Amino acid sequence: MAVATARRPRSKSGGAARFSTFFWRFPWLRPLLLLSPPMAWFVVIYLASLATLLITAFWAINPFTTQIVQVWNLGNFERILEEPAYRAIIGRTVLMAALVTVTDAVLAFPFAYFMARVASRRVQTLLFAAVLLPLWASYLARVYAWILILNHNGLLNWSLQSIGLPPADIGYTNVAMWVVFSYIWLPFMIIPTYAALERVPESLLEAAADLGARRWRAVRDVVLPLALPGVVAGSIFTFSLTLGDYITPILVGGAGSSFIGNVIYSNVGIANNIPFAAALAMVPIAIMAVYLLIAQRLGAFEAL
Amino acid sequence: MKLGALAAFVALTLAACGGTNNNTGNTQAPPPTANLKPLDKVGTGEGQLNLIAWEGYVDDSWAKPFTQQTGCVINAKYAGSSDEMVSLMKNGGGGQYDMVSASGDADLRLIYSGDVRPMNEKLIPDWTNFQTYFKNPPYNTISGIHYGISLQWGPNTLLYSTAKFPNKPTSWAVIYDPANKGLITVPDNPIQIADAALYLMKTQPKLGIKDPYELTKPQFDAAVKLLTDQRPLIKKYWALASDEISLFQNGDVVVGAAWPYQTIQLKAAGAKVDETIPEEGATGWGDTWMLATKAPHPNCAYLWTQYVSTAKVQAEQALFFGETPVNTQACAQMEALQAGSCAQYHANAPGSYFDTIKFWKTPISTCPDGSQSCITYDQWVSAWTTIKG
Repeated sequence: MAVATARRPRSKSGGAARFSTFFWRFPWLRPLLLLSPPMAWFVVIYLASLATLLITAFWAINPFTTQIVQVWNLGNFERILEEPAYRAIIGRTVLMAALVTVTDAVLAFPFAYFMARVASRRVQTLLFAAVLLPLWASYLARVYAWILILNHNGLLNWSLQSIGLPPADIGYTNVAMWVVFSYIWLPFMIIPTYAALERVPESLLEAAADLGARRWRAVRDVVLPLALPGVVAGSIFTFSLTLGDYITPILVGGAGSSFIGNVIYSNVGIANNIPFAAALAMVPIAIMAVYLLIAQRLGAFEAL
Repeated sequence: MKLGALAAFVALTLAACGGTNNNTGNTQAPPPTANLKPLDKVGTGEGQLNLIAWEGYVDDSWAKPFTQQTGCVINAKYAGSSDEMVSLMKNGGGGQYDMVSASGDADLRLIYSGDVRPMNEKLIPDWTNFQTYFKNPPYNTISGIHYGISLQWGPNTLLYSTAKFPNKPTSWAVIYDPANKGLITVPDNPIQIADAALYLMKTQPKLGIKDPYELTKPQFDAAVKLLTDQRPLIKKYWALASDEISLFQNGDVVVGAAWPYQTIQLKAAGAKVDETIPEEGATGWGDTWMLATKAPHPNCAYLWTQYVSTAKVQAEQALFFGETPVNTQACAQMEALQAGSCAQYHANAPGSYFDTIKFWKTPISTCPDGSQSCITYDQWVSAWTTIKG
């Protein structure tokens, strides 16, 4: 019992002593008390509202008064599956999210590699500031800046014409959305990739060199597999943020640029069809659930 | 202006596909409040007035003098959409709200759900000075009973670049013409289907469209097809007036559907644009002050309606928002405030001008021939999603 005696807290006077004795006797109580407020918050606010959403999706509205009719049915989901327009919108949203994720991964990897393994301490700090600086400006300001660059009389066309090239009319198209999304979410890919790259031990690279691997071979066979969880972690941000966005499609998208979020928005705000909006909101939730499962398999959560 | 109103229509329908509710056919019956007798004399103000309004419709510049004159202190609740107005007005205003500045798309729903009550136009002295059309517009007057007093209106015009079109376009055909591919913008609003129907009314008379807001299935499908074919030609569906202004300024588009507000702003900025109402006519919107069934301060409500109908306040509000007064006497006041504004906003338009404008109303299942087979607004909304893609 010597160990236990040594660990016994110093006795205090009155209630405080009784409390600490109590916690000492029931060691599981302390984490329980610490965790219960945030857990209660999580369960009540987040999970309960998700559950409400799920239930609402199986209801309908009275088309005359637009009030919710609590009759269980699958009509909303059938409509999503049967209407080609909704399938096209879901497909476009997922494809854009995937495209943006791949673009950001390709752009971020060399950048993060340079930051983590090549740059001096000083340059590293400067690059860090450069990556994070855009996050200081509002999302809207950055999107509007891109509108000014991409529109017909914008910076891009002006530059192209001044060097004698024909104008690239990509303002208000899906290409414009791809460019803007890739720009806006890039920092969210660079940071986790950088963190993962920095953790690759120098000794492994030295070992690879000792075994005759050239630098490029070492990057491919040693660094890349070890950094992959970081890239996957970053892709969770880029993918989910693109998947859930509805402002960029409104601002830089053209005709045929609606995202899932835009349809949800118009069903809540214009049509007042909350059940259908809820059913549609299930789609990105389901997609993200699958995505997170795959990401977990690839070890993304250890890299976060 | 009413960006919210444009973005926010309300589904009013008689269950073409739902089938489970019992509301079918109640547009045939008179509104529930039709027999409520309106006031026949305006008494002393109750000291308070609770309004639901579009943001800025109760601006201090004309609301303060009103309070000084009448002693009615205004408590304004600004609504972001027609939908919000309808839900705030549920249960006749709940004994809390007195009036709502509803737009044409919300009016029928407020009237048929019994949330607003008839008003006595004889108590509004300026009513006799109103443009004839706005004395009894079909969106707020049913069987001769006034469920509100018209306030302001605006047309949806064809805006075009004079550099691209030296000759004024005479037809809406320019916004459906593949020659203008990628240079067209139209509002991101399901009511745009009515604009297509208006065009088809003249160009495809065999469809037999009589009213662009009351469409049978084949007529509706034809309008949706016209808009679906138009989609590849569209540069952008605009949501805010400012979006359309920058599209024209930057040369992204050369022609589109707009409000007079955009034309005025663009011209003021020196852009080479002009507007026209093509030979097929145009759609338009109109706002109405409506009295809640359970209004707790009816005298102040009438005093307010009298006040906002006067030429001076009509002119102030018109210039504040870029909309047009219904009071014909407001023209001189507008000129005094801003020279040339009366003609710019069509405030001096002759009666024949209003024959060319089809004012917004909520699509309901009642067809022009009285049958119940017309396409309801909730289907307009879902068709619009399909059209935009």
